[in-house]
Amino acid sequence: MNMLEVSGLTKHYPINAGILRREVGRVRAAEDVNFTISKGETLALVGESGCGKTTVARCILRALKPTSGAIRFSPADGEMVDLAPLSKRQLRPLRRHIQLIFQDPYASLNPRMMVGDIIAEPLLVNGVASAERHRRVMELLDLVGLPAAARTRFPHAFSGGQRQRIGIARALALNPRVIVADEPVSALDVSVQAQIINLLLDLQEQLGLSTLFVAHDLGVVRHVSDRVAVMYVGRIVEVAPTVALYATPRHPYTQALMSAVPKADPLMRDAAAAPIGEVADPANPPPGCAFNPRCPFVVDRCRTERPVLRDVGAGQLAACHRAEELTLAGVG
Amino acid sequence: MVENSLPLVSVRNLAVEFTQHGGGPVRALDSVSLDLRPGRVLGVVGESGCGKSVTARAMLRILDRNGAIKNGQILLDPGTPQQTDITALPGEGNRMREIRGGRIGLIFQEPMAALSMQYTVGNQLMEAIRVHNDPGKAVARERVIKLLTDVGIPRPETRIDTYPFQLSGGLRQRVGIALALAADPDVLIADEPTTALDVTTQAQILALLRRLQVDKQIALMLITHDMGVIAQMADDVAVMYLGRVVEFAPVNEVFGAPKHPYTQALLRSVPNLRAPPHSRLATIGGAVPQPNARPSGCPFHPRCPDMMPGRCDTTAPAPVPPGQAGASCFKVEDAARVAADVKVEVRA
Repeated sequence: MNMLEVSGLTKHYPINAGILRREVGRVRAAEDVNFTISKGETLALVGESGCGKTTVARCILRALKPTSGAIRFSPADGEMVDLAPLSKRQLRPLRRHIQLIFQDPYASLNPRMMVGDIIAEPLLVNGVASAERHRRVMELLDLVGLPAAARTRFPHAFSGGQRQRIGIARALALNPRVIVADEPVSALDVSVQAQIINLLLDLQEQLGLSTLFVAHDLGVVRHVSDRVAVMYVGRIVEVAPTVALYATPRHPYTQALMSAVPKADPLMRDAAAAPIGEVADPANPPPGCAFNPRCPFVVDRCRTERPVLRDVGAGQLAACHRAEELTLAGVG
Repeated sequence: MVENSLPLVSVRNLAVEFTQHGGGPVRALDSVSLDLRPGRVLGVVGESGCGKSVTARAMLRILDRNGAIKNGQILLDPGTPQQTDITALPGEGNRMREIRGGRIGLIFQEPMAALSMQYTVGNQLMEAIRVHNDPGKAVARERVIKLLTDVGIPRPETRIDTYPFQLSGGLRQRVGIALALAADPDVLIADEPTTALDVTTQAQILALLRRLQVDKQIALMLITHDMGVIAQMADDVAVMYLGRVVEFAPVNEVFGAPKHPYTQALLRSVPNLRAPPHSRLATIGGAVPQPNARPSGCPFHPRCPDMMPGRCDTTAPAPVPPGQAGASCFKVEDAARVAADVKVEVRA
């Protein structure tokens, strides 16, 4: 059963110039993005900065209004609602079902609120009675591995990892049906990052969460996700089950991304060949496939005709004209 | 093992303290010793607060105003007639200015920290060249174009007249590297040079650093929190924790047979591209303590799985002897002693 069905999601930002502030161009932050997340599944959205992964996440949270497309979400089993056209008022009763885990545990907690109040805030807003709030806060603190005494302390007393636990407890307070986690561990030290990844894995198992996991670190993504969608300049270029994507990438950009990750093994040096050039400008993407100026396998067709995301076998989707003929290197 | 060429810089027993507003001094570095050798890359790795950046800043005498070197030496050209102790020089003096940039270049994590918005790329690079050894304006401009070419910036003749904010993050870091190399230093400190960059850009910048370092036989000190970057780049590795070098060894030993419990735990906690789906990572309990709440004894003992009560929590193990592979840990000391005893017995 699908919890979330995103289809044709597009978000453009106008570029205005001149004294009349006329629109002179558009930043195509997200272009025709399609994916689904089923119940209990974690889909990772990966890509480099500016690829549109955060824009997609914010559209799903309806912090942004998409330019076009549909975001169908299941607020209760058997029901589907399109969030894209809804007004603020219409969204309000639905917001409790989709919660966000932030990247920066230092910026996302109010320094003047006690931890218990931070976690209870979503409950308060949704009219949960005081005694029940208290019970739920204690339950949540325990769930994310914080001592009960944390309730009456302020965020500054906690380390980065503990703060991220507080943010996770707040996101879980209302038993959301979908979690959007935007780079939840990228601000943390390695040893602490491992603790939070394990916590997220435990929570996935215990609560059967459906998660959109936005990240740039392919190592982290490997541990937490069931499927991975790779974005490049506003579009999804490949979607596949995690193990298949790493073992047999079908889009040259996926391969480039994986080979660029520095492997923590000094015996595997210089195997990585960095892709040439830079990420294309989403306000002015090259014609055809956006990756064509950097792609080692480019042919004339790639410069004129944009490849569509299509099934290339074994449950993998890739947007590459040459997906069938290329044999790309994965990481085992 | 570590090559025996004379180091260009030897840090010996360096201690740095910061005074805190309304509090006692906070020790940021405790008896740190390191050697930078020509043509070699020393990787310095550790989590936040371990003192890796403070070490770099002390070596250039650009510590924040509330920080001071309390002990130790930073020797430039040790063992030669020109040997200079950087800690003994006035921080703002002419000699230190010559060394900064002229002998020891610095690459920052965020290139915008090193570059001004108000001046063009060419202006800033020309200034860096002319401050150290002025060849005249025209020659300096030629040199800048050569530098920009060296660091892989396309169309250097036009890019020389752009402002840093007009460049992408990757190009900016290339300019940052050009700036560090402007006065042709033989020692280069790169403090998290790729942390702010995307992974494909990171791969390009690391390849560039590697090429320049080999071509010019630079002694490179590469500071990072990323074990992957260390594995790809370093010849020797210093692992730091709470202001101390807890382990020092050639890169293959650090990854193949790590000795210190912290190094071992750190390596196990790195996410793996080949991990089975939903597999848990090994974790280190707790978090890095605040520097003003430094544990007694070995600074790692509260998080250490091999902690020996009554020993690790009371006395700090001896620092790793400079220039030798080893770990600052009682467990490792004991193991070495047992091995030595066995050897003696066999001989007897």
